[in-house]
Amino acid sequence: MALLQISEPGLSTAPHEHRLAVGIDLGTTNSLVATVRNGISVVLNDADGRALLPSVVRYFPDGSVQVGVAAQEMQSEDPVNTIISVKRFMGRGLSDIGDISSVPYRFVDASSTGSGQAPGMVQLRTAAGIKSPVEVSAEILKVLHARAEAALGGELVGAVIAVPAYFDDAQRQATKDAAKLAGLNVLRLLNEPTAAAIAYGLDNASEGVYAVYDLGGGTFDISILKLTRGVFEVLATNGNSALGGDDFDHRIYCWLLEMNNLSALGAQDARQLLTRSRAAKEELTDHAGTRITAILSNGEAIDTLLKQQDFQAMSQNLVTHTLQPVRRALRDAGLKVEDIKGVVMVGGATRMPLVQHAVAEFFKQTPLTNLDPDKVVALGAAIQANVLAGNRSADDWLLLDVIPLSLSIETMGGLTEKIIPRNSTIPTARAQEFTTFKDGQTAMSIHVVQGERELVSDCRSLARFELRGIPPMVAGSARIRITFQVDADGMLNVTARELVHGVEAAIAVKPSYGLSDDEIMRMLQDSNQHAQEDMQARALREQQVEAEQLLEAVQNALLQDGATLLDEAAQGRILTCMNELRAVLETADHAAVKRAIIKLNDATVPFAQARMDKSVAHALSGRKLTELSLD
Amino acid sequence: MQSPSFDFKQDFFQLFGLSQQYRIDNALLDQRYHALQMQVHPDKFSHLSEAERRVSMQWATRVNEAYQTMASPISRARYLLSLQGVDTQEETNTAMPMDFLMQQMEWRDAIEEAQHESDVRALDQMELRLQHEMRELQQKIAAKIDDEHDYAMAAESVRKLKFMEKIVEEIATAFDAIDH
Repeated sequence: MALLQISEPGLSTAPHEHRLAVGIDLGTTNSLVATVRNGISVVLNDADGRALLPSVVRYFPDGSVQVGVAAQEMQSEDPVNTIISVKRFMGRGLSDIGDISSVPYRFVDASSTGSGQAPGMVQLRTAAGIKSPVEVSAEILKVLHARAEAALGGELVGAVIAVPAYFDDAQRQATKDAAKLAGLNVLRLLNEPTAAAIAYGLDNASEGVYAVYDLGGGTFDISILKLTRGVFEVLATNGNSALGGDDFDHRIYCWLLEMNNLSALGAQDARQLLTRSRAAKEELTDHAGTRITAILSNGEAIDTLLKQQDFQAMSQNLVTHTLQPVRRALRDAGLKVEDIKGVVMVGGATRMPLVQHAVAEFFKQTPLTNLDPDKVVALGAAIQANVLAGNRSADDWLLLDVIPLSLSIETMGGLTEKIIPRNSTIPTARAQEFTTFKDGQTAMSIHVVQGERELVSDCRSLARFELRGIPPMVAGSARIRITFQVDADGMLNVTARELVHGVEAAIAVKPSYGLSDDEIMRMLQDSNQHAQEDMQARALREQQVEAEQLLEAVQNALLQDGATLLDEAAQGRILTCMNELRAVLETADHAAVKRAIIKLNDATVPFAQARMDKSVAHALSGRKLTELSLD
Repeated sequence: MQSPSFDFKQDFFQLFGLSQQYRIDNALLDQRYHALQMQVHPDKFSHLSEAERRVSMQWATRVNEAYQTMASPISRARYLLSLQGVDTQEETNTAMPMDFLMQQMEWRDAIEEAQHESDVRALDQMELRLQHEMRELQQKIAAKIDDEHDYAMAAESVRKLKFMEKIVEEIATAFDAIDH
């Protein structure tokens, strides 16, 4: 292994290989994977040339799984074991699912399965056993993962996964966990409307304030973005994570039942009519009317005409429902409709003429639809993935996103106290001091919720943090500083420190709707039993990949700045740690590799800080240069 | 874990290369904010070592906090006064001139009435008037801090601004209530 790479004259840096990275749109109805090839973002098709993978997963008694078109075709035959729109259940409890009778699944209340983490994420009883929505989503991601590696001919460095902007912490965590189960390294969770804005903005080199109206199969997002010289800055976001195209299908379905005097349908008939309802909705995109026909299991024939105006009448208030978050987002951004330069439409449901009319009327302009609303999110996610993987791109651009919902802690009397307000640019942090209220108290509990309401019971419970190991003191004399950090994925991390003695307090997290580490581990093991993969071997391979990336990154950093920022002794310490890591890499001891990685990381912290100081100084000096040229 | 060693002694004005005064060029602030985030944002470090990613998150968090403080007229005033050793006492000092308090009550009654009658136009107009008054108050703060160095008077204006911000929030709540 060469320590120094000699570049050809004229090449400023060592040529480095293109790292394979993808963007994934894990949709309620359909999912897609895209990548940047030769500088252009493209959607990757399956062997049959299809871009869209229906987000449908069917489970069989022998434990095998079918995903996509094949599963979708059989959904009316086997509705109980064929899961559609699983995204609606991600990070959600049983009580969140509005009308349980309208879906055929056998739900399991997670709080009754012994994990004891009431309320808990809902689970589904299938022919292949009890499945968490996280596992179902992982099956979809596995198919996309395999499709991408087959198309690109190599192992992926990682993936950017798009999530609805209005997803809360539990829904984001569930998505990350699903990716982990599917063996994907998540480079970033990217908000869907922001992904769409990247795909549009970089294409059109636009400047100004844009609104992204994203109505997907099961979620609605509105984001207001400002584009200035390569910076995509989200000013405000709002939405409804339980409103989407599915609801329009359901309106048609209910109307069908009413028109035909039907009640209490079996699961198969219900799924059949729901599928027909969806087809009718799509038909109405460019037809004034459509016939809905079906033959029920009792032989009864359904033949009903649905006219555009009837569909409009029954679903108008769903569209109206989307405009309320739009008004809020505008108000939060401090803007009026007249300030919006363009409106980008995202999501298959925005093809509905009544949606397009309502949006055009509200914004007083024709919305932009020149990119395929089904593909635009995956295309944008791929562009972001390419940058995050470290592939150089021609244009230097930056994304500044926000947290969609306020984070609060529970105070006396079940009230909330805001820690981080909604629409704060991420990453962001807030430290707060707490004290003990009893003599000798060594532990305390903090309940974190997400939402805008004043009562804890009206917000979403995220987690309870138990702090232990506080040194015993007189009541009120302990000072515990708790830091709430929201990272660039929009996810919360909590750390605590007791300030009087300077001890790090241990934090035990009880996620309200998430999965525990043990559950994730069990699911990983379950899924690998079928894949015949050895857990040890997998852990080792992951560590080896991480070690190689780390070595490469440190080596590049040393080449760039080692001589100028570090003295010989400091360089020597880092080189020693690098050599130690290289040495253990030859062994098959993944624990030793992990220790050496941590050691090398720790050894490079001061160097990383010095490099950052240099970058910041560079940013400021660059600014002075432009000022000079302006004068 | 060792504490970060980067230069947090720099105040926010130094960070953005702006002189320490209330009147700032907002376009220039935005431009420098973007230039800094271009250098420190986690998206620029995701393929690098964990140490670099950690430092990047700390810096990006810091730059966001600094920008938020500088961009908001009320928090910029509060921050500037704190650098002068003056506490604005927004939570403790609620003593206000009688006419100001009367005006507050009138605002609240008017909002309540508009909400009751779902009068969106009235709320819109109130918001415009409030924004106008807040801008006047900001000009006063600028004069007190930058020109007269009268920090006690500036602090009182900050407290007034805080009262008015709360009223703007109540208007937003009223809009939401009508929307429902």
